[in-house]
Amino acid sequence: MAVMTYREALNLALREEMRRDPRVVVIGEEVGLYEGAYKVTQGLLTEFGPKRVVDTPIAESGFTGIGIGAAMLGLRPVVEMMTFNFALLALDQIVNSAAKMCYMSGGQFNVPIVIRGPGGPAAQLAAQHSQSMETYFYHVPGLKVVRPTTPMDAKGLLKAAIRDDNPVIFIEAETLYAVKGEVPEDPDFVIPLGQAAVRREGTDVTVIAYMGMMYRAIEVADELAKEGISVELVDPRTLRPMDVETIIGSVRKTHRVVVVEAGAGFAGMGSEISAFVTEHAFDDLDAPVERVTGANAPMPYARNLEKLKTPTKDKIAAAIRRVCNANGS
Amino acid sequence: MAKTMAERKGSAALGVDAELAKRLLYDMLRIRRFEEKAAEAYTLGKIGGFLHLYIGQEAVAVGATSVLRGDDYAISAYREHGHCLAKGSDPKRMMAELFGRRDGLSKGKGGSMHLFDRSVGFLGGHAIVGAHLPLAAGAAFAIKYEARDAVVVCYFGDGAVAQGEFHESLNLAALWKLPVIYICENNRYAMGTSTERALAQTQIWKFGQTYGIRSEKVDGMDVLAVREVVGRAVARTRQDTTPSLIEADTYRFRGHSMRDPAGAVYRTKEEVEREKQRDPIVIFRERALKAGVLTEADVRAIEKDASDRIDEAVAFADASPEPPPEWLFTDIYKED
Ligand SMILES: Cc1ncc(C[n+]2csc(CCOP(=O)(O)OP(=O)(O)O)c2C)c(N)n1
Ligand SMILES: [Mg+2]
Repeated sequence: MAVMTYREALNLALREEMRRDPRVVVIGEEVGLYEGAYKVTQGLLTEFGPKRVVDTPIAESGFTGIGIGAAMLGLRPVVEMMTFNFALLALDQIVNSAAKMCYMSGGQFNVPIVIRGPGGPAAQLAAQHSQSMETYFYHVPGLKVVRPTTPMDAKGLLKAAIRDDNPVIFIEAETLYAVKGEVPEDPDFVIPLGQAAVRREGTDVTVIAYMGMMYRAIEVADELAKEGISVELVDPRTLRPMDVETIIGSVRKTHRVVVVEAGAGFAGMGSEISAFVTEHAFDDLDAPVERVTGANAPMPYARNLEKLKTPTKDKIAAAIRRVCNANGS
Repeated sequence: MAKTMAERKGSAALGVDAELAKRLLYDMLRIRRFEEKAAEAYTLGKIGGFLHLYIGQEAVAVGATSVLRGDDYAISAYREHGHCLAKGSDPKRMMAELFGRRDGLSKGKGGSMHLFDRSVGFLGGHAIVGAHLPLAAGAAFAIKYEARDAVVVCYFGDGAVAQGEFHESLNLAALWKLPVIYICENNRYAMGTSTERALAQTQIWKFGQTYGIRSEKVDGMDVLAVREVVGRAVARTRQDTTPSLIEADTYRFRGHSMRDPAGAVYRTKEEVEREKQRDPIVIFRERALKAGVLTEADVRAIEKDASDRIDEAVAFADASPEPPPEWLFTDIYKED
């Protein structure tokens, strides 16, 4: 184990996989000479050269399509979106080409590509640069979608994503790049996709969250512990395929669920989790599932409005208290 | 067998020998028959969805493919039956795919617009206009990365030229020197929109010049002209891995799809009839006969052979069962 930042963990994952497999190439805007808009690809050009670390012009649809075409012939491209907001320009390539190629070809052509970069709310970047993007992707059969919360997950999951034979959408967060944590240096350390993590065991309520919202939930859980509320924290890590089993297992234990998500609530991750918890564990619930979500508004610029848009610790704590005070059978 | 004097003279006049002439005619006829039978099956309700016929454009696929090697790749849009067949795919499995049957190339899950055949390097039919142009560049990227000397041929319609992805692909293919040959089949219409109503520059090959790409226009109704122009491009691309753009002047004799009657409102009957005088199969057949490279008997044998193969394909598709219900959920992901 070594202590490193989330950014360094991603960088290490890329290096290890590029050393391990000559078919891995990194493609994107400013990934080489500039060393990444957020420095995730720092040093890669020096170590691997311009053949494997490919700077592109600003043409998301074009270079994502190139990554997909190259993957059809067996390369394993890691395409960086400078931020995921720009992935919308490549949405057709991701949804109509990458996700469906294997199916449309009856299994003849799979697309082992990773599309990665930062996404989610970020400080005062306003409507077009500060938004949760996973929603647009996890609806699509054929894609896998990852949101890694900790440096360790960032490394282990990125390595799994690169080794996966299918298109993986890997959305990091610029607000987490500087977060430090323990990371295994073992190059064989990978975290399989589709496995949730129980970040903290508890008995009274299951709180499901990821990325920045998980860090907020941890603080809330610490505070509520003083009131005698024992919170179990579950991080899905992979949103598609979702580890329904781990979540349901936790619900069977605590009988109460709060889902926290940064994005707008309407048809969000909380809606989905709430639906499958109801389907699979209705009789285990002692209270209705609560959702604490981003407001159903675009991200405003003004600091005070921005705060209102995202779930605060107070709102999370209030929701947890509500479900815990609800009178179950 | 030793060639006669007359045969030699004829081959020289036509530019190809009897063997190649037979193959070109056979390949074009086979596509024509395939499409005619597909149209018939569509009216019988055996094929559903959209069905876009390649009738009239056969010389492009056949001429271009005739200069490719087995390890080269081809990729196309949704009007791709001809390209797939020319690349060497089995008409039986193609027709079964159109019928939505389990022996189809894509197990019945792709349909007419999504034929794929890995075994012959056919990278698919893609139905979002313009979207497969970057995929072609990506395949070329992989070829270059592996230092192979194969090429990718990418067929697309005039409609794709107005899309951003056409321009992104040409720019990137030129910038990165990718071994891809873009062949625009300019049949003058994207559904009902003529090139004049869609493009500020209707000389499509000229767009290539802007990107520093070798660009040429060719008579897409002349299989030998296509063969020559594409052959030149392939040879150069193989040598220096740089892209080419070829505009093939062609015409579709049928409607945009089976849902669009041939003589629809956006073009006149007279125009369609006039263009049918340029039928690439008739033109080539007559030239080969006149040059004495092929005989009437040769032509009859080739026609019969092509028809028989396609009849077999229809029978095969008819006999193939529907895909089993479990297949709804297979191939969504590649499992290891
Ligand atoms: C992005 C996109 N927009 C619209 C369509 C609907 N559409 C299907 S075919 C077509 C015309 C394309 O014409 P062209 O590229 O010239 O090819 P052709 O049909 O002549 O072979 C259109 C508009 C589509 N499939 N994809
Ligand atoms: Mg057209």
